[in-house]
Amino acid sequence: MAQVLVVTSGKGGVGKTTSTAALGAALAHDGAKVVVIDFDVGLRNLDLVLGAERRVVFDLINVINGVAKLPQALIRDKRLETLHLLPASQTRDKDALTEEGVAKVIDELRANFDWIICDSPAGIEHGATMAMRYADAAIIVTNPEVSSVRDSDRIIGLLDSKTLKAEHGERVDKHLLITRFHASRASRGEMLSINDVLEILSTPLLGIIPESQEVLRASNVGSPVTLNNPHSAPARAYFEAARRLKGENIPVQVPGESKGIFNKLFGRKAA
Amino acid sequence: MSLFDLFRRRSAPVARERLQILLAHERIACSRPDLLGVLREEILAVIGRHVSFEPEKVQIKMDRGKSVSTLAVDIEIPNLDQLLGVVTVPVG
Repeated sequence: MAQVLVVTSGKGGVGKTTSTAALGAALAHDGAKVVVIDFDVGLRNLDLVLGAERRVVFDLINVINGVAKLPQALIRDKRLETLHLLPASQTRDKDALTEEGVAKVIDELRANFDWIICDSPAGIEHGATMAMRYADAAIIVTNPEVSSVRDSDRIIGLLDSKTLKAEHGERVDKHLLITRFHASRASRGEMLSINDVLEILSTPLLGIIPESQEVLRASNVGSPVTLNNPHSAPARAYFEAARRLKGENIPVQVPGESKGIFNKLFGRKAA
Repeated sequence: MSLFDLFRRRSAPVARERLQILLAHERIACSRPDLLGVLREEILAVIGRHVSFEPEKVQIKMDRGKSVSTLAVDIEIPNLDQLLGVVTVPVG
């Protein structure tokens, strides 16, 4: 059965689009049918990060308005044939993102895909609430930094109140993805530690993406980091996160923590 | 590098403490955005049952402290034989 995920954060610039692309590619890598949807109407960027910016003809708003059929707007990735993109429009008003219109698109996608990943815009306005509206599960992207953690807390509150599942008394599964983590700075007490963030947000951990130049390098060339350099540290962390999404129980290794005898004996568990 | 520098660089514990205090407040405020309005109506209804007062002579304010918040309800009552001054109820 199809899973609808929302990648959200509240704060901008923490890595939602990068993570959507990287996780989408990681899930599609094993042959699962994946569609990533850009909900950032007016400021689309997922097409650029995926290297599909010159192939956009129709977009999400065109489909909602009936200007185009859904298959006409979907762009198939050139590297992974099971990965698809539904781009955002660049010009039209974000109010065109109607609740009924989004519901119809998501329903149609559910019939044809295994994973539907909604890349939320920053903020807590209409676009962000529409992106999370029909989600079964949420990935909350957080940097170990005060404003990002605070905004994540607000988003968690919205996931528990503004989603269709929440309104029906069900729960949206929540997963925390900590990005731009600097192991050495955290160990010196210059950056919030993984445990600090987990304790404050009390949300299960999906993965830790280390700060790495590979992330920028991949977006420069328009390729998800999981495809561009699959053996790099951030790519490996995204691949593991994707396996956890599929239900595999893989312990999270905190970067920089020694794999000493103590950790081997009492291996940490998360998610 | 002095010992003082070493200590000053450990800013993460400060971040952690600030967040814990802030979010404790925001979680209450965001889960009940109408909290102040509801409290106002219900408190005035209870007092109105026993004494008469003019609605415009009522002041309600909430102050956030570090560990507790205070809700202050100030009601001006015309006849002074009914003594009711400032009621302060700790919340959160």
